[in-house]
Amino acid sequence: MDVKRVDILDEFIGGVRAMAPLTVAVVPIGLVFGAVAASKGLSSLEATMMSALVFAGGSQFVAMDIWMHPASWGALAFSALLVNIRHVLMGASIGTRMPSFSGPAKYAAMLLLADEIWAMAELRAGQTRLTPAWYAGLAIPFYCVWVLTSLVGSLVGAFLGNPKAIGLDFAFPAVFTVLVASFWKGRETGAVLAASAAAAVLVHQFLPGVWYIAAGATAGAVATLVTGAGQEACA
Amino acid sequence: MTLDPSTFLAIVAMAAATALTRIAGLVLIRFVAIGPQQRRALEAIPPAVLMAVIAPTALATGPAETLATLATAIAATRLPLLWAVAIGVFVVAMGRAMIGG
Repeated sequence: MDVKRVDILDEFIGGVRAMAPLTVAVVPIGLVFGAVAASKGLSSLEATMMSALVFAGGSQFVAMDIWMHPASWGALAFSALLVNIRHVLMGASIGTRMPSFSGPAKYAAMLLLADEIWAMAELRAGQTRLTPAWYAGLAIPFYCVWVLTSLVGSLVGAFLGNPKAIGLDFAFPAVFTVLVASFWKGRETGAVLAASAAAAVLVHQFLPGVWYIAAGATAGAVATLVTGAGQEACA
Repeated sequence: MTLDPSTFLAIVAMAAATALTRIAGLVLIRFVAIGPQQRRALEAIPPAVLMAVIAPTALATGPAETLATLATAIAATRLPLLWAVAIGVFVVAMGRAMIGG
Protein backbone atom coordinates (compact mmCIF):
# COMPACT_ATOMS: atom_id res chain seq x y z
CA MET A 1 0.00 0.00 0.00
CA ASP A 2 2.86 2.34 0.82
CA VAL A 3 4.41 1.68 -2.54
CA LYS A 4 1.14 2.53 -4.23
CA ARG A 5 0.76 5.74 -2.27
CA VAL A 6 4.27 6.83 -3.29
CA ASP A 7 3.36 6.10 -6.91
CA ILE A 8 0.28 8.26 -6.67
CA LEU A 9 2.23 11.09 -5.05
CA ASP A 10 4.94 10.82 -7.73
CA GLU A 11 2.32 11.01 -10.43
CA PHE A 12 0.67 14.01 -8.78
CA ILE A 13 3.97 15.85 -8.47
CA GLY A 14 4.79 14.96 -12.06
CA GLY A 15 1.58 16.67 -13.13
CA VAL A 16 2.30 19.72 -10.97
CA ARG A 17 5.80 19.99 -12.52
CA ALA A 18 4.60 19.62 -16.09
CA MET A 19 1.96 22.27 -15.50
CA ALA A 20 4.21 24.72 -13.61
CA PRO A 21 5.03 27.00 -16.58
CA LEU A 22 1.34 27.31 -17.42
CA THR A 23 0.37 27.82 -13.80
CA VAL A 24 2.87 30.70 -13.69
CA ALA A 25 1.55 32.06 -17.00
CA VAL A 26 -2.03 32.18 -15.69
CA VAL A 27 -1.09 34.53 -12.82
CA PRO A 28 -1.20 37.76 -14.87
CA ILE A 29 -4.40 36.59 -16.63
CA GLY A 30 -6.16 35.99 -13.31
CA LEU A 31 -5.00 39.36 -11.98
CA VAL A 32 -6.26 41.10 -15.10
CA PHE A 33 -9.60 39.28 -14.90
CA GLY A 34 -10.08 40.37 -11.27
CA ALA A 35 -9.15 43.94 -12.14
CA VAL A 36 -11.52 44.06 -15.12
CA ALA A 37 -14.33 42.58 -13.01
CA ALA A 38 -13.78 45.21 -10.33
CA SER A 39 -13.89 47.95 -12.97
CA LYS A 40 -17.28 46.56 -14.10
CA GLY A 41 -18.65 46.92 -10.58
CA LEU A 42 -18.37 43.31 -9.40
CA SER A 43 -17.43 42.90 -5.76
CA SER A 44 -14.36 40.81 -4.87
CA LEU A 45 -16.70 38.07 -3.67
CA GLU A 46 -18.55 38.05 -6.99
CA ALA A 47 -15.39 38.08 -9.11
CA THR A 48 -13.83 35.27 -7.08
CA MET A 49 -17.03 33.26 -7.14
CA MET A 50 -17.20 33.54 -10.93
CA SER A 51 -13.64 32.24 -11.27
CA ALA A 52 -14.33 29.40 -8.82
CA LEU A 53 -17.63 28.25 -10.37
CA VAL A 54 -17.12 29.00 -14.07
CA PHE A 55 -13.32 28.46 -14.26
CA ALA A 56 -13.14 29.29 -17.97
CA GLY A 57 -11.12 32.43 -18.63
CA GLY A 58 -12.26 33.11 -22.19
CA SER A 59 -15.95 33.08 -21.31
CA GLN A 60 -15.33 35.15 -18.18
CA PHE A 61 -13.62 37.87 -20.21
CA VAL A 62 -16.43 37.81 -22.76
CA ALA A 63 -18.93 38.10 -19.88
CA MET A 64 -17.11 41.20 -18.64
CA ASP A 65 -17.33 42.62 -22.16
CA ILE A 66 -21.14 42.35 -22.19
CA TRP A 67 -21.73 42.94 -18.46
CA MET A 68 -24.65 45.17 -17.41
CA HIS A 69 -26.35 45.99 -14.13
CA PRO A 70 -28.49 44.15 -13.29
CA ALA A 71 -26.81 41.15 -14.93
CA SER A 72 -28.78 39.42 -17.68
CA TRP A 73 -28.34 35.73 -16.87
CA GLY A 74 -29.76 34.43 -20.16
CA ALA A 75 -27.36 36.39 -22.37
CA LEU A 76 -24.41 35.54 -20.13
CA ALA A 77 -25.22 31.82 -20.03
CA PHE A 78 -25.66 31.73 -23.82
CA SER A 79 -22.36 33.49 -24.45
CA ALA A 80 -20.61 31.13 -22.01
CA LEU A 81 -22.12 28.20 -23.92
CA LEU A 82 -20.78 29.54 -27.23
CA VAL A 83 -17.33 30.42 -25.95
CA ASN A 84 -16.96 27.05 -24.26
CA ILE A 85 -18.49 24.86 -26.97
CA ARG A 86 -14.94 23.79 -27.79
CA HIS A 87 -14.99 21.81 -24.52
CA VAL A 88 -17.34 19.32 -26.21
CA LEU A 89 -14.70 18.47 -28.81
CA MET A 90 -11.90 18.53 -26.26
CA GLY A 91 -13.85 16.24 -23.91
CA ALA A 92 -14.70 13.84 -26.73
CA SER A 93 -11.03 13.70 -27.66
CA ILE A 94 -9.45 13.25 -24.21
CA GLY A 95 -12.37 11.08 -23.03
CA THR A 96 -11.21 8.26 -25.32
CA ARG A 97 -7.74 8.39 -23.76
CA MET A 98 -8.60 7.92 -20.08
CA PRO A 99 -8.69 4.12 -19.61
CA SER A 100 -7.27 4.34 -16.07
CA PHE A 101 -10.09 6.65 -14.88
CA SER A 102 -13.24 5.25 -13.24
CA GLY A 103 -16.56 6.57 -14.57
CA PRO A 104 -17.08 9.16 -11.81
CA ALA A 105 -13.39 10.16 -11.92
CA LYS A 106 -13.77 10.88 -15.64
CA TYR A 107 -16.69 13.21 -15.03
CA ALA A 108 -14.94 14.88 -12.09
CA ALA A 109 -11.87 15.43 -14.28
CA MET A 110 -14.03 16.95 -17.03
CA LEU A 111 -15.49 19.52 -14.64
CA LEU A 112 -11.94 20.92 -14.34
CA LEU A 113 -11.35 20.90 -18.09
CA ALA A 114 -9.55 24.03 -19.32
CA ASP A 115 -7.56 24.64 -22.52
CA GLU A 116 -4.20 24.41 -20.80
CA ILE A 117 -5.06 21.39 -18.62
CA TRP A 118 -6.54 19.57 -21.56
CA ALA A 119 -3.56 20.28 -23.81
CA MET A 120 -1.11 18.92 -21.23
CA ALA A 121 -3.33 15.87 -20.63
CA GLU A 122 -3.46 15.15 -24.39
CA LEU A 123 0.29 15.45 -24.60
CA ARG A 124 0.73 13.05 -21.68
CA ALA A 125 -1.77 10.55 -23.08
CA GLY A 126 0.22 10.54 -26.35
CA GLN A 127 3.43 9.66 -24.50
CA THR A 128 2.33 7.34 -21.70
CA ARG A 129 -0.64 6.35 -19.55
CA LEU A 130 -2.59 9.36 -18.26
CA THR A 131 -3.50 8.69 -14.61
CA PRO A 132 -6.05 10.46 -12.38
CA ALA A 133 -3.24 11.52 -10.00
CA TRP A 134 -1.24 13.12 -12.82
CA TYR A 135 -4.36 14.90 -14.06
CA ALA A 136 -5.07 16.15 -10.51
CA GLY A 137 -1.51 17.48 -10.41
CA LEU A 138 -2.28 19.49 -13.56
CA ALA A 139 -5.68 20.74 -12.53
CA ILE A 140 -5.64 21.51 -8.80
CA PRO A 141 -2.79 24.06 -8.57
CA PHE A 142 -3.92 25.70 -11.81
CA TYR A 143 -7.48 26.03 -10.48
CA CYS A 144 -6.32 27.42 -7.11
CA VAL A 145 -4.01 29.96 -8.77
CA TRP A 146 -6.81 31.10 -11.11
CA VAL A 147 -9.25 31.66 -8.22
CA LEU A 148 -6.67 33.30 -5.93
CA THR A 149 -5.27 35.66 -8.57
CA SER A 150 -8.83 36.68 -9.52
CA LEU A 151 -9.39 37.64 -5.89
CA VAL A 152 -6.11 39.54 -5.66
CA GLY A 153 -6.76 41.25 -8.99
CA SER A 154 -10.19 42.44 -7.88
CA LEU A 155 -8.71 43.84 -4.67
CA VAL A 156 -5.73 45.65 -6.20
CA GLY A 157 -7.23 46.19 -9.66
CA ALA A 158 -6.54 49.86 -9.98
CA PHE A 159 -2.84 49.46 -9.16
CA LEU A 160 -2.10 47.00 -11.97
CA GLY A 161 -0.56 48.56 -15.03
CA ASN A 162 -1.44 47.67 -18.58
CA PRO A 163 -0.22 44.07 -19.18
CA LYS A 164 0.03 44.84 -22.91
CA ALA A 165 2.85 47.29 -22.33
CA ILE A 166 5.24 44.55 -21.19
CA GLY A 167 3.96 41.91 -23.61
CA LEU A 168 2.40 39.71 -20.89
CA ASP A 169 -0.82 39.39 -22.85
CA PHE A 170 1.25 37.37 -25.33
CA ALA A 171 2.13 34.71 -22.72
CA PHE A 172 -0.84 32.49 -23.59
CA PRO A 173 -0.58 32.68 -27.39
CA ALA A 174 3.10 31.83 -26.87
CA VAL A 175 2.27 28.82 -24.68
CA PHE A 176 -0.22 27.62 -27.28
CA THR A 177 2.36 28.06 -30.05
CA VAL A 178 4.77 25.79 -28.17
CA LEU A 179 2.00 23.23 -27.63
CA VAL A 180 1.02 23.29 -31.31
CA ALA A 181 4.65 22.57 -32.19
CA SER A 182 4.61 19.58 -29.81
CA PHE A 183 1.62 18.05 -31.64
CA TRP A 184 3.52 18.02 -34.95
CA LYS A 185 3.47 14.57 -36.58
CA GLY A 186 4.28 15.39 -40.20
CA ARG A 187 2.43 16.54 -43.27
CA GLU A 188 -1.01 15.54 -42.09
CA THR A 189 -0.59 17.86 -39.09
CA GLY A 190 0.44 20.59 -41.53
CA ALA A 191 -2.83 20.20 -43.43
CA VAL A 192 -4.81 20.29 -40.16
CA LEU A 193 -3.02 23.43 -38.97
CA ALA A 194 -3.36 25.22 -42.30
CA ALA A 195 -7.08 24.46 -42.51
CA SER A 196 -7.64 25.52 -38.92
CA ALA A 197 -5.65 28.76 -39.22
CA ALA A 198 -7.37 29.77 -42.48
CA ALA A 199 -10.86 29.07 -41.12
CA ALA A 200 -10.14 30.79 -37.81
CA VAL A 201 -8.75 33.98 -39.37
CA LEU A 202 -11.58 34.16 -41.88
CA VAL A 203 -14.35 33.63 -39.33
CA HIS A 204 -12.64 35.97 -36.87
CA GLN A 205 -12.77 38.75 -39.49
CA PHE A 206 -16.46 38.38 -40.24
CA LEU A 207 -18.22 37.02 -37.15
CA PRO A 208 -18.19 38.53 -33.68
CA GLY A 209 -17.45 36.45 -30.59
CA VAL A 210 -15.55 33.21 -30.53
CA TRP A 211 -17.04 31.27 -33.43
CA TYR A 212 -13.57 31.28 -34.94
CA ILE A 213 -12.39 28.64 -32.45
CA ALA A 214 -15.21 26.26 -33.36
CA ALA A 215 -14.59 27.00 -37.05
CA GLY A 216 -10.87 26.22 -36.75
CA ALA A 217 -11.52 22.99 -34.84
CA THR A 218 -14.09 21.85 -37.38
CA ALA A 219 -11.87 22.76 -40.35
CA GLY A 220 -8.96 20.83 -38.81
CA ALA A 221 -11.11 17.73 -38.25
CA VAL A 222 -12.56 17.95 -41.78
CA ALA A 223 -9.03 18.22 -43.19
CA THR A 224 -8.25 14.73 -41.85
CA LEU A 225 -11.24 13.35 -43.75
CA VAL A 226 -9.78 14.79 -46.95
CA THR A 227 -6.20 13.66 -46.32
CA GLY A 228 -7.50 10.32 -44.97
CA ALA A 229 -9.52 9.73 -48.13
CA GLY A 230 -6.38 10.54 -50.15
CA GLN A 231 -4.38 7.94 -48.20
CA GLU A 232 -7.04 5.30 -48.73
CA ALA A 233 -7.17 6.06 -52.45
CA CYS A 234 -3.40 5.60 -52.67
CA ALA A 235 -3.52 2.32 -50.71
CA MET B 1 -17.97 42.03 -0.09
CA THR B 2 -21.47 42.14 -1.50
CA LEU B 3 -23.38 39.58 -3.53
CA ASP B 4 -26.03 40.97 -5.82
CA PRO B 5 -28.85 38.43 -6.48
CA SER B 6 -28.92 39.00 -10.25
CA THR B 7 -25.12 38.73 -10.40
CA PHE B 8 -25.27 35.51 -8.41
CA LEU B 9 -27.92 34.11 -10.76
CA ALA B 10 -25.80 35.08 -13.78
CA ILE B 11 -22.70 33.41 -12.34
CA VAL B 12 -24.61 30.20 -11.60
CA ALA B 13 -26.13 30.22 -15.11
CA MET B 14 -22.69 30.69 -16.68
CA ALA B 15 -21.30 27.90 -14.50
CA ALA B 16 -24.13 25.55 -15.51
CA ALA B 17 -23.69 26.31 -19.23
CA THR B 18 -19.94 25.76 -18.94
CA ALA B 19 -20.34 22.49 -16.99
CA LEU B 20 -22.68 21.29 -19.74
CA THR B 21 -19.98 21.84 -22.38
CA ARG B 22 -17.45 20.02 -20.19
CA ILE B 23 -19.63 16.92 -19.73
CA ALA B 24 -21.12 16.78 -23.24
CA GLY B 25 -17.97 15.38 -24.85
CA LEU B 26 -17.98 12.31 -22.57
CA VAL B 27 -21.68 11.74 -23.19
CA LEU B 28 -21.11 12.11 -26.94
CA ILE B 29 -18.46 9.36 -27.16
CA ARG B 30 -20.71 6.95 -25.23
CA PHE B 31 -23.28 7.10 -28.01
CA VAL B 32 -21.17 7.59 -31.13
CA ALA B 33 -18.95 4.73 -32.27
CA ILE B 34 -15.34 5.77 -32.89
CA GLY B 35 -13.90 4.20 -36.06
CA PRO B 36 -10.43 4.88 -37.54
CA GLN B 37 -11.69 7.86 -39.53
CA GLN B 38 -13.46 9.38 -36.50
CA ARG B 39 -10.32 8.76 -34.45
CA ARG B 40 -8.18 10.62 -36.99
CA ALA B 41 -10.64 13.51 -36.89
CA LEU B 42 -10.68 13.54 -33.07
CA GLU B 43 -6.87 13.44 -32.94
CA ALA B 44 -6.76 16.49 -35.20
CA ILE B 45 -8.90 18.51 -32.77
CA PRO B 46 -6.21 19.33 -30.18
CA PRO B 47 -3.75 21.00 -32.58
CA ALA B 48 -6.66 22.50 -34.58
CA VAL B 49 -8.22 24.16 -31.51
CA LEU B 50 -4.86 25.52 -30.36
CA MET B 51 -4.07 26.80 -33.86
CA ALA B 52 -7.51 28.44 -34.08
CA VAL B 53 -7.01 30.17 -30.72
CA ILE B 54 -3.67 31.69 -31.76
CA ALA B 55 -4.37 32.30 -35.46
CA PRO B 56 -6.03 35.75 -35.15
CA THR B 57 -3.21 36.91 -32.84
CA ALA B 58 -0.48 35.29 -34.91
CA LEU B 59 -1.68 36.23 -38.39
CA ALA B 60 -4.11 39.14 -38.22
CA THR B 61 -3.08 41.43 -35.34
CA GLY B 62 0.19 43.06 -36.30
CA PRO B 63 3.81 42.44 -37.37
CA ALA B 64 5.01 42.31 -33.73
CA GLU B 65 2.64 39.43 -32.92
CA THR B 66 3.42 37.54 -36.15
CA LEU B 67 7.15 37.89 -35.56
CA ALA B 68 6.83 36.83 -31.92
CA THR B 69 4.76 33.75 -32.82
CA LEU B 70 7.40 32.75 -35.36
CA ALA B 71 10.19 33.29 -32.83
CA THR B 72 8.29 31.22 -30.25
CA ALA B 73 7.72 28.36 -32.70
CA ILE B 74 11.38 28.27 -33.69
CA ALA B 75 12.49 28.48 -30.05
CA ALA B 76 10.08 25.63 -29.18
CA THR B 77 12.00 23.22 -31.42
CA ARG B 78 15.14 23.49 -29.27
CA LEU B 79 14.29 25.10 -25.89
CA PRO B 80 12.01 24.15 -22.95
CA LEU B 81 8.52 25.66 -22.81
CA LEU B 82 9.19 28.47 -20.36
CA TRP B 83 12.18 29.75 -22.35
CA ALA B 84 10.27 29.68 -25.61
CA VAL B 85 7.41 31.62 -23.97
CA ALA B 86 9.83 34.15 -22.46
CA ILE B 87 11.37 34.70 -25.88
CA GLY B 88 7.90 35.21 -27.39
CA VAL B 89 6.92 37.76 -24.73
CA PHE B 90 10.25 39.57 -25.13
CA VAL B 91 9.97 39.71 -28.94
CA VAL B 92 6.39 41.01 -28.82
CA ALA B 93 7.27 43.72 -26.28
CA MET B 94 10.31 44.82 -28.33
CA GLY B 95 8.34 44.63 -31.57
CA ARG B 96 5.52 46.78 -30.22
CA ALA B 97 7.99 49.29 -28.83
CA MET B 98 9.85 49.56 -32.13
CA ILE B 99 7.16 49.21 -34.79
CA GLY B 100 4.10 50.03 -32.71
CA GLY B 101 1.10 47.77 -32.42
